[in-house]
Amino acid sequence: MSKLKLVLGVVAITFVTLTAVSCKDAKNEKNNSTDHHSETNMDEDHSKMNHDNSDGHHDGEKKEMAMNGNGTSQAVLNDYFNLKDALVADDNAKAKNLGAVLATSLGSLDISKYTEAEKSELKEIVEDAVEHAEHISESEMDHQREHFKTLSKDITDMVAITGTKTTLYEQFCPMYDGGSTWLSMSKDIKNPYYGGKMLTCGKVQKEIN
Amino acid sequence: MKIVKIIALILVVVFVGIQFMPTERNKSDIVPPTDFMLVNDVPSDIKNKLQISCYDCHSNNTQYPWYNKVQPIAWFLEGHIKEGKAELNFNEWDSLSSRRKASKLRSIIKQIESGEMPMASYTLIHKKATFSEEETQKVVKYMENLKDSL
Repeated sequence: MSKLKLVLGVVAITFVTLTAVSCKDAKNEKNNSTDHHSETNMDEDHSKMNHDNSDGHHDGEKKEMAMNGNGTSQAVLNDYFNLKDALVADDNAKAKNLGAVLATSLGSLDISKYTEAEKSELKEIVEDAVEHAEHISESEMDHQREHFKTLSKDITDMVAITGTKTTLYEQFCPMYDGGSTWLSMSKDIKNPYYGGKMLTCGKVQKEIN
Repeated sequence: MKIVKIIALILVVVFVGIQFMPTERNKSDIVPPTDFMLVNDVPSDIKNKLQISCYDCHSNNTQYPWYNKVQPIAWFLEGHIKEGKAELNFNEWDSLSSRRKASKLRSIIKQIESGEMPMASYTLIHKKATFSEEETQKVVKYMENLKDSL
């Protein structure tokens, strides 16, 4: 009888393992289904087309939309800010989704118009940033924030090369992990490292134009 | 009782059956020139610690435990090693850009400090892989210096 128990035990382990393995596969499939992002890109491309034969009336607005299109640094920034807002809101699930979205827009960043030196720098930045964005897409909140710290540095370095058409604010929280920065479109402090726990901790460190 | 016996028999068959399913083995005698230990001047005690605690899952060469060929344990190990190597492979350290090295070092420090690595399921069997407080401090300090020197 005790032999039987042993066998049953072993089989139980087998079963649990197999279940775990199949769960993992399912998770991967889920991660792949972040293609709703490409839909937005299509919309944006569409506006780019409109821009070409626009009457100049809404020129500024249209241009902005065109520049937000697929492959631009502005698209990366937009996705970064969306992710930041999810962390500010302590929304783990949303941050996961947006991490995956950001990984995609980083991956499709067009670096062809830059100098060789800038290209290799951007390539390294993207490589690193994609990894952090992917981690964010599959981590719990505290890990997401850890990765967001390095990601923020990558994005800041990217902006130093690509520039930005809107003013950005580099903000600094002295408390998180020995001092951490992030980028924001607004002067107001909304801390992505602490969220609701310490929403207004930090200050504007630099203005990036 | 009879039905229990039948179920047990089926399970035994399944258990024996899965023993024939192949697993990938993480074994290599070659240490590539990009290895962490080769490109960095690592003190021998830290070298030793990393070898014992990290290299089984974060390099191309695993020192397998005796039960490693028994399924489903072999699958379990294979999965962890694959995941570990994708995350960080010490053998390929120098192929990373400085930026990514800094990122990896940051993660290494975080993982060791928080005790998330080495994994509990690993240290359960590999008692020697556990980090004492002193070892944690030493390794973390080394990694921090390395990060600052990049």
